Amino acid sequence: MNIFEPENKKLVESEQDFVVNVGPQHPSTHGVLHLKIKLEGETIKAVQPHLGYIHRSIEKMSEAGSYRQFSYLTSRMDYLSSHMNNQACALAVEKAIQVEVPERAKVIRILMAELTRLASHQLWWGAMGLDLGAITPFFIGFRDREEILEIFEDTCGTRLTMNYVVPGGVMVDLHPDFQKKVVAFLGRFKKRIKEYDDLVTGNIIFEQRTKGVGVISAEDAISYGCSGPVARASGVSCDIRKLHPYDGYEKLEFKECIETEGDCFARYKVRMEEMKESVKIIEQLIDNIPEGDFQAKTKNVLKPPKGEWFTRVETARGELGVYLISDGTMKPYRVKFRSPNFSHVSALEHMSKGGKIGDLVAIMATLDLVIPDVDR
Amino acid sequence: MYDFSGVTRGIHEFLSGHFSPLGVTLWEMVIAGVVLLLSLVLIAFTLGYMERKVAAFMQLRLGPNRVGFRGTLQIVADTLKLLFKETFVPQAADKMLFNLAPIIMVVVTMLSLAPIPFTETLQFYDMNIGVFYVSAVTSIGVVGILMAGWSSNNKYSLLGAMRSGAQIVSYELSAGLSIIVIVALSGSMQFSEIVQSQANGWWIFKGHIPVWIAFVVFLIAGTAELNRAPFDMAEAESELTAGFHTEYPGMRFAMFLLAEYLNMFILAAIGATLFLGGWMPLHIGNLEGFNKVMDFIPPLVWFMGKTFLIVFIIMWFRWTFPRLRIDQLLTLEWKFLMPISLVNLILVALAVILGLHF
Amino acid sequence: MNNEELKNFVAAHCPEAVAEENTEWLNVVVPHDKVRDLLFTLRHDPNTELDYLFCLSGVDWKTHFHVVYHLESKRHKHIVVVKAKVEDRNNPEVPTICDIWRTAEFHEREVFDLFGIRFTNHPDLRRLFLDDTWGFPLRKDYQDDVTIVSL
Repeated sequence: MNIFEPENKKLVESEQDFVVNVGPQHPSTHGVLHLKIKLEGETIKAVQPHLGYIHRSIEKMSEAGSYRQFSYLTSRMDYLSSHMNNQACALAVEKAIQVEVPERAKVIRILMAELTRLASHQLWWGAMGLDLGAITPFFIGFRDREEILEIFEDTCGTRLTMNYVVPGGVMVDLHPDFQKKVVAFLGRFKKRIKEYDDLVTGNIIFEQRTKGVGVISAEDAISYGCSGPVARASGVSCDIRKLHPYDGYEKLEFKECIETEGDCFARYKVRMEEMKESVKIIEQLIDNIPEGDFQAKTKNVLKPPKGEWFTRVETARGELGVYLISDGTMKPYRVKFRSPNFSHVSALEHMSKGGKIGDLVAIMATLDLVIPDVDR
Repeated sequence: MYDFSGVTRGIHEFLSGHFSPLGVTLWEMVIAGVVLLLSLVLIAFTLGYMERKVAAFMQLRLGPNRVGFRGTLQIVADTLKLLFKETFVPQAADKMLFNLAPIIMVVVTMLSLAPIPFTETLQFYDMNIGVFYVSAVTSIGVVGILMAGWSSNNKYSLLGAMRSGAQIVSYELSAGLSIIVIVALSGSMQFSEIVQSQANGWWIFKGHIPVWIAFVVFLIAGTAELNRAPFDMAEAESELTAGFHTEYPGMRFAMFLLAEYLNMFILAAIGATLFLGGWMPLHIGNLEGFNKVMDFIPPLVWFMGKTFLIVFIIMWFRWTFPRLRIDQLLTLEWKFLMPISLVNLILVALAVILGLHF
Repeated sequence: MNNEELKNFVAAHCPEAVAEENTEWLNVVVPHDKVRDLLFTLRHDPNTELDYLFCLSGVDWKTHFHVVYHLESKRHKHIVVVKAKVEDRNNPEVPTICDIWRTAEFHEREVFDLFGIRFTNHPDLRRLFLDDTWGFPLRKDYQDDVTIVSL
């Protein structure tokens, strides 16, 4: 049923053009991203992303589920920050049915979200090392991530797609060992983050590979819809936790990490700083989790009035928006997820044009792409 | 004390009693070939196991520990697995070159092992241009890589092959120049004479700063010639999936692996022979007692110990550093290593002419 | 600017715009042929300077389509939601805005892919996720008897 003729931007113009398919199975795309790159020698002339290999039409499926059900699908979008995805959906539904979330649930949500951010950044750090050819960081990053996942497993029962945040609060109360384990982990991690710096940050080859590579200016970053660490590395203040606080982030003291260079190294520094800030946030909350309910009383079947709501959440990769439209029935009329990676993929060509193949890998590593979030 | 000449003489006399002179030569060649091949396989297995263990301990892992004693037989199991794998050739590949490339790689590697002195008497062929021969023969290896990359008819392979062509041709200069430093100092290209010239002290100790520079340059350029991280441009698994051997399955792939490990061993052996005194034991000035104890350690142990020390350093590089980009790689060679080693060579030449060295 | 000022600003530049009531941010519905001019003004006028397009979505209201633009100003910190109303279901067309916000290129391709709304003058309007023979799954009249089991 192709009623429109596709206008194809032609990649191959002459026989001289050397077009390489990077992906859909490729070690550095971390998933099924398919890039067609046009090369001249080693220099990249054009990058054309081909998406859809893992498109599951989560937006369409959300229209078939109830208001309680659709957020479970979102764990499978950005599977490394599944917690924040659930949180964004829960916030949207709470806005729609106007439920006040108990304090304890809010604190638990923030704790879980920041632990997720830590775990996600640890994985990014390891995978980035792998992409740049250093294999050892991968194992160190995964060692620390493993401990966080164990903490999640205690409370949520799962390690990756937690589905822990539900409209009105969180699904179950914290595991009795949660506090003890988190405190012990933070004590270890604060020492280990120095190891991260020792191994990678000061390495001259690493700095050569990342400094001045994949530069995106602040104006371009905004225009391309970049968010999260990518935009902050270009000097754009865009932390939703600061600009549009949710779930009590306004009460916490933390710094928005901003660099101005806009290159891969700046993105690296922003993420390293964010890990330290996340540790600070968790430390502020872990010793005073308020007592009380972990979930507000809600009806079994949620029926928001007619209307539309938009919530924005800062995930580990950037700004996740949930655009929820209700027609007054028990199913959402339309759900749109604004995913950070989708915008980052569109900026990929701008960043990597004129660079080498090695630069493309470094850029993809520091954009921290998660492909299921791009395709949805 | 530890002498293999008795063994070799015994074999020679035994054969002379049974065969004509031509037959003796042929039989000796067969025996030497078998011994060489067996030792090569043994060395490659050892290095494979060592690499896995070194990598594992640097990466908070245990490494192979199930097959055999502490996983020592893992590499044998892997080789058997690779042997049984289907060896298919891609339809679009140039079949002759595709099959020839791994063979070239391995043959070249084996050739370059001939003049290396394991001990004073354990040396396959002590030719008078040994150093020159080794650097000449190892440079044929790049032909194998180019052949593999071209004949696979795969864009990644081609990119990898072109990269490694540029890389090996460039880094051969620095490696060669740093070897010439030792040739200039010892006044010979024969490995046995180079080792003998270090009887009163290894070149790394008595050569002072120029030799230290040459040693560092040699290590860097050698690692680059081996196509190992941080210079593994030709493979670059996160950029080019597997580079020039993307399309190679089963035993053909294993031959590339074998060549890589043997090349690493040869490089380390040359480094140990030229800079660290080969099989010469460590002697310190007039400490007679100490020197006696050192002499007591067999020369083969000395040689292998030094070689594996350098191998360990090369492995250490690989598991610690990120990969360079191709243009940075060539910049490093042409703008830094090459000028440094040229100036260094001039310094050494002056020192030799003026008789300033020991 | 607050919502009231923004509303007046939009009304001054686009008289056809209809503001929706009881919304968190200012929502204005604009006919599809006027939307490009309005968005261009909102982006470049120093008083609004909505430089960050953080969401572009399509909505099928059964009788008509909406293309919804969520815009934020990094400098003034205000948010405006502009909805382009497309009446023609058989041949829906909206002018592209990917020269105003670069991110719109991919977002418009996504909307084209899932709703079949054609963005005129788009440099590279191809299906993004699905193949060319697929229907437009997010339309409410989309039928797929093979993969969707309706209860």
